[in-house]
Amino acid sequence: MTEKSRNVIEIAHLTKQYGEKIAVNDLNLCIKRGEVFGLLGPNGAGKTTTILMLLGLTEPTAGSALIEGMDCTRNPLEVKSITGYLPDNVGFYSDMTGRQNLRFTGRMNGLSGKALEERIDGLLRRVGMEQAANRKAGTYSKGMRQRLGIADVLMKDPEIIIMDEPTLGIDPEGMRELLTLIRELAQEDGRTILISSHQLHQIQQVCDRVGIFVSGQLIASGTLSELEEQIRKDGSYLLELEVQPCDDRLLAMLRQQEGVRKISKEGNTFLIDAKTDLRASLTQFLGEYGYTVLHLHQRGGDLDEIYRRYFEKAGQSDERDGMEKKKKYGWKYEK
Amino acid sequence: MREMVWKKRKNMDGNMKNKIRVNGMTGLGALYHKELADHLKSKRFLILLILIGSTSFASLYGALTALGNAEDSNYLFLKLYTTSGSSIPSFLSFIALLGPIIGLALGFDAINSERSSGTLNRLVSQPIYRDSIIIGKFLAGTAVIATIIYSMGTMLGAMGVLVTGLKPSGEEVWRVLIFLTFTVIYVAFWLAISILFSVVCRHAATSALASIALWIFFAIFMSLVASIIANAMYPINDEYSALVNSMDHYTLNLGINRLSPYYLYSEAVSTIMNPGVRSVNVVTVDQLVGAVSGYLSLGQSLLLVWPHLTGLAALLLVAFGGAYLGFMRQEVRAN
Repeated sequence: MTEKSRNVIEIAHLTKQYGEKIAVNDLNLCIKRGEVFGLLGPNGAGKTTTILMLLGLTEPTAGSALIEGMDCTRNPLEVKSITGYLPDNVGFYSDMTGRQNLRFTGRMNGLSGKALEERIDGLLRRVGMEQAANRKAGTYSKGMRQRLGIADVLMKDPEIIIMDEPTLGIDPEGMRELLTLIRELAQEDGRTILISSHQLHQIQQVCDRVGIFVSGQLIASGTLSELEEQIRKDGSYLLELEVQPCDDRLLAMLRQQEGVRKISKEGNTFLIDAKTDLRASLTQFLGEYGYTVLHLHQRGGDLDEIYRRYFEKAGQSDERDGMEKKKKYGWKYEK
Repeated sequence: MREMVWKKRKNMDGNMKNKIRVNGMTGLGALYHKELADHLKSKRFLILLILIGSTSFASLYGALTALGNAEDSNYLFLKLYTTSGSSIPSFLSFIALLGPIIGLALGFDAINSERSSGTLNRLVSQPIYRDSIIIGKFLAGTAVIATIIYSMGTMLGAMGVLVTGLKPSGEEVWRVLIFLTFTVIYVAFWLAISILFSVVCRHAATSALASIALWIFFAIFMSLVASIIANAMYPINDEYSALVNSMDHYTLNLGINRLSPYYLYSEAVSTIMNPGVRSVNVVTVDQLVGAVSGYLSLGQSLLLVWPHLTGLAALLLVAFGGAYLGFMRQEVRAN
């Protein structure tokens, strides 16, 4: 009983098929109370479909999803009264003010009178929108809409918050505030949060656990360190190295090192694929020969790398192959 | 420690149960109020009011100038609505032609604008039944239509009474009220049609165009189509065929015309507003033998157009039913 009630969201064998295409394939997932769970995957992986099924907005082809023990397909109203949903690209009625938009949501959730106004004021303060509350929502910037969206979700005081791509198109400062707010919602209010995203960096800052979702399948889930561990077990270490001077002698010497499988060059950085952790021996060796180490980093500790590895494992390829060069590390889809 | 956790969890569960306030009517009420407020505050409503107001004035003016030469001084109050002056159509024909535009203007972007502005997502994730969205919109639209029609109709009568000094009889007042009710149903049908198009079409412009096309077709081209078909089936080119086919030709022509809500409505209200109309179908000379010319009582007039009322109500239900089904079966996903 104890174990069971701790899982706020329970998804079992959830499957959704659109004609020939399988959008979500036999998904099994449990999310505990107060947890921030990140659902990661490229566009079109089935994240939004999963969310819609959780809210009872799309019927699953097979399997079930339970929120607080209530079936999402059969009791959508009960589920939706405790679950807040922040869609990607959240929209508001542009000819109503921010406050009026919130009031409308509150009314739909059965709030009225003084309690409603108090909650609106409290939430506007919380998301820092008091100044703009009486302006028409049509004049809001993307970041303001997002903040109002969060206030809108909180109107019903939800147990569970589901956010679909919340970090999309937000400036760095707004992002920082958003992530702090998400943390707060989980830790101080004890709400359970499910975030779907393809932006790894933001997610890894706030999530307790992540699930990697590719082509409708959850190929891995767990805490960051668990995922990292899993990759380590495969005996693969990827080391980034940037030294001064960068000459052929070095390359030849690196090749001779024990356990090195492959060396490739990305800009001025060497990427060394090895069977063991080379860092200790390498620093010593470099020091002996008078090289200055500019950059030394063992990959795997961040989501980018984990994500990339799991893609490799799942044998994913993409038509954007090779073109996709994101951020500094350049995560690619490889065969 | 364990005890404390248990206690906290129990509290949470208790809170949660309190929070589930599932009540479909709350959502419907909130939506209805919001839609109604939107309509009443919109420029669209103002434009419609000016349009209908000015045509009412024009038709009243026309009727007043023409009323002086009326041969028949019975039911003069009703003639305020039905008499067309020099080149100015009567209120009756004005409303039959322009009434649909009220319905179309209020409904053509009902669903697709919500979809394109991203508010539909937010709406369906609230704890309300999905159908209360479309029902709320339809009811609010109908309420606005009823307000416009009844206020314009009674205002026209009141001004007529003030100017002419006519004293309407009870029967006349009833006839006017029934006429206005017919009008509300007729315009509500067009509202349902435009909501249907707003469900089917992605863009508001497309749905507006489609519903206007349908309106023009019924108002102008349907009678042409009917006569073409009737001519083809029962030609009356020469004297002989005219002798044989006239009856069938006329009946078929009428039957096809009555498929058009425009014709159905026009026929019904002109019967209601003219107690002198004794039949809406073909009457042979045989049937007229021995008939005493006189006026029909209200009950008899109503009996004559009861099928029209039923037909109009059925059309309304079919149009709204189509919109309802379409909306309920549609995927929520915005794009």
